[in-house]
Amino acid sequence: MTADTLPMVSAMEGPVRLRFDELGVDFPTASGPMTVVDGISLEVRQGEFVSIIGPSGCGKTTLLNVVGGFVKPTRGVALLDDSPIAGPGPDRGVIFQEYGVFPWLTVRRNIEFGLKLAANARHAARSAEIVERYLSLMGLTDFADHFPKHLSGGMRQRLAIARAYAVQPEFLLMDEPFGALDAQTRTAMQDLLLQVLATEGKTVLLVTHSVDEAIYLSSRIVVVTARPARVRTVIDVPFAYPRSESVHEDPRFAALRAEIRVLVMEEYEAQARQSAPAAVRR
Amino acid sequence: MVDGTFRLLMPQARNGAVRVALVVAPWLAIVALWYAVRASGLINPSLVPAPHAVLAKFSELVRGRLPLDVWMSTERVFVGVFLGVLAAVPVGFAIGWYRGVRTFVDPLINFFRALPPIALIPLVIVYFGIGEIAKVVILFYASFFAGVIVMVEGIGQISPIYVRVAKTLGASDAEIFAKVIVPLAVPHILTAVRVALGVAWATLVASELIAAQQGLGAMIQDASSFFQLDIVYVGIICIGLIALAMDLALRAATRRLVAWQDRIA
Repeated sequence: MTADTLPMVSAMEGPVRLRFDELGVDFPTASGPMTVVDGISLEVRQGEFVSIIGPSGCGKTTLLNVVGGFVKPTRGVALLDDSPIAGPGPDRGVIFQEYGVFPWLTVRRNIEFGLKLAANARHAARSAEIVERYLSLMGLTDFADHFPKHLSGGMRQRLAIARAYAVQPEFLLMDEPFGALDAQTRTAMQDLLLQVLATEGKTVLLVTHSVDEAIYLSSRIVVVTARPARVRTVIDVPFAYPRSESVHEDPRFAALRAEIRVLVMEEYEAQARQSAPAAVRR
Repeated sequence: MVDGTFRLLMPQARNGAVRVALVVAPWLAIVALWYAVRASGLINPSLVPAPHAVLAKFSELVRGRLPLDVWMSTERVFVGVFLGVLAAVPVGFAIGWYRGVRTFVDPLINFFRALPPIALIPLVIVYFGIGEIAKVVILFYASFFAGVIVMVEGIGQISPIYVRVAKTLGASDAEIFAKVIVPLAVPHILTAVRVALGVAWATLVASELIAAQQGLGAMIQDASSFFQLDIVYVGIICIGLIALAMDLALRAATRRLVAWQDRIA
């Protein structure tokens, strides 16, 4: 991967890495299959930062799980570099909402975990160097030999990101990564993410329900509908990288936020109608 | 966070003497109660040997049969618990991990677990005779089912998130087992050993009902035939103390082995 200083500016010319074509996912339930994702067609190019936004429980996470290799499409295809996604792999780093930091390993050993696996043997020689780099980048050096039980929520999240980054994935799949953090920590983590992305170009897929977060971080925003998740609109974010928090004051930011909020609110209302009792729905 | 830990520990360090007193106090209270019951006349004093008489009997027995009795019983408990947990770990793991297995094996486990080992003695004698093996079989039985339950519950609580994370980092199935599942199972194995040890000591007397010549259970039974209540008390107290010492040792080992846990047993 090239360490382009402005990796995402040239995103539109990058090769297509990820392609959904009429993707659909059904889950079996007691009352027959339930369609969770339906008819999604989307392309993600090298170096893009794509946010998926929509009502909670609409199927965004399922979409991310398809890319992660945890869920198989029921209909259509999900292609990674033109071949169907077969399962999870170290080329796609996943940051889970619940962090999944290994409690039995120290901070250092957590970061090191992936580097010691056979699948990442090519990084093994630089293992110590990579671990030190992410320890300091994520501000965890002082806690390197502590167990996760001593870490705050923000630090655990940083550790989860460091661990995912250590195996040098080309893709980063993030599921509401900052959802459980307080507002200050959340902003700090967003800035840190942008900072890290500016030095190491990655293709990012972020699931969020925060409109501000989606605009601040991404190059493209996909608004999805209430369940089943379909593409409602795709919006290009006009700000160049690297970004700073002053972007929030840009009038275009406010306009974009208002536009996306309306769309998202409509989908929340659609979802509320779905889950309302049948009598009321008529 | 570190500061908080210190603040919590400081009073303990400063008041070491208070701590010792708090540990000793309930034991002294029991001894005092024991004397009080004797003095109260509620129970015929000849049925309640005095604590000092029991202690005297203890020092007499220590120079006689007691060391061998303790050794035999401890050996039986160790062998029974070792084999029981050895079998319980893979079985409990399989049941806890594969939910499909659990639905049809659970009733079976609960059926056998509910059977009191003492009720099995006639069958054990028929199939295993009256030698050492018969006694160990009883202890194995008790340890195995206690261990299985602990393992099933513990493994069932392991969050699937860790396995998913390991997969996204590129771990193979063998790596997931060795590097994720084994470390997560260790605390549950230690708990299984602790519970099995407790159950085994509780079952010891039953297992020594089978023609035992030596052992604390045998000593208690011999003494009861001759109405030597002081020896019965010595035997009971020895069983309790040994079980307590083993539990403390295991807890200390657990603290060292699984220092990463939020809550330590």
